[in-house]
Amino acid sequence: MSNATVVVVTSGKGGVGKTTTTAAIASALAKEGYQVCAIDFDVGLRNLDLIMGAERRVVFDLVNVVRGEASIKQALVRDKKLNNLYLLPASQTRDKDALTEEGVASVISELRMYFDWVICDSPAGIERGATLAMRHADEAIIVSNPEVSSVRDCDRIIGLLDAKTKIAEDGGRMPKHLMITRYDTERAKSGDMLETDDVVDILSVPLIGVVPESKDVLKASNVGLPITVSDETSPASKAYMEAVRRLLGENIPVTIPEEKKSFLGKLFKGRAA
Amino acid sequence: MNLLSLFGKRGASASVAKNRLQILLAHERADNGSDAALISSLREDILAVVAKRVDIDPDSVKLEMDRSGDVTTLGIDIELPAARAS
Repeated sequence: MSNATVVVVTSGKGGVGKTTTTAAIASALAKEGYQVCAIDFDVGLRNLDLIMGAERRVVFDLVNVVRGEASIKQALVRDKKLNNLYLLPASQTRDKDALTEEGVASVISELRMYFDWVICDSPAGIERGATLAMRHADEAIIVSNPEVSSVRDCDRIIGLLDAKTKIAEDGGRMPKHLMITRYDTERAKSGDMLETDDVVDILSVPLIGVVPESKDVLKASNVGLPITVSDETSPASKAYMEAVRRLLGENIPVTIPEEKKSFLGKLFKGRAA
Repeated sequence: MNLLSLFGKRGASASVAKNRLQILLAHERADNGSDAALISSLREDILAVVAKRVDIDPDSVKLEMDRSGDVTTLGIDIELPAARAS
């Protein structure tokens, strides 16, 4: 019998890469041999199924399970490539109150028995869906772009993680990891983008990974494969795999992505040096 | 050094961004978002006091908040009706 670690992937702001990160981390953990379940908490706007390429195999969803209309085992969708990776989809219902506190608590505690890792993909915002996604987490991955509005919203979310979660209410402190996504090294170097150290300074959360802006991420979502499955050589994929090793407790330095230099770029650099 | 960096000024917008965020978040963490409520009640109280003496148009009252460093200032600008000719 397992006793899973529950991780919430959250950010406050939408569009920063929560779902991409959830899919990438869940798949990378599964590739390490762990039993992994990814849960989509974005009721009404589910997308984790699409990013993981499971959209055509969804029968039941989280709301069905919470309402007792389906068992967890009926609702779990097994990944088409990794047979130790499962998805618990969100429903497309418009009823925002479809998830109840007790219902979610019982789903999470049942999943803890079957899996090693449960990764909760939070919806954007600070409403019910987001607070329920973080409620039972043991650890949090906070996803931020190196951009002012995203960093500010992360700060709000950190406040919620330290106030509205089970751990916080029991007097503990939620362990947090910062994942910076869509990072552009060149722009940061030239002073047009916040550097990773700036974001770490402001939020005071240790860095778990820096994912470079990459065309491979869109390509992966186009075909419905997590980036860590579709293209292992992509810098974005490597960044996620490195983050997973850190999540597993390895003490390795965070790689700040380097821009791949074109031949012309190298030439220019050579001439100028 | 990259040849490109020889041309033009290095952008400095990132340090502006960092500075703005640090100031904003220092205040947001301390206030828990009660600023708006505070400003709105201050506005009402001050208006009531001034209205005892002069007729003022509530729309001609401007409130400004400026947060920089450790200090927050609140500026209130009330347009008094034109003095009547004696």
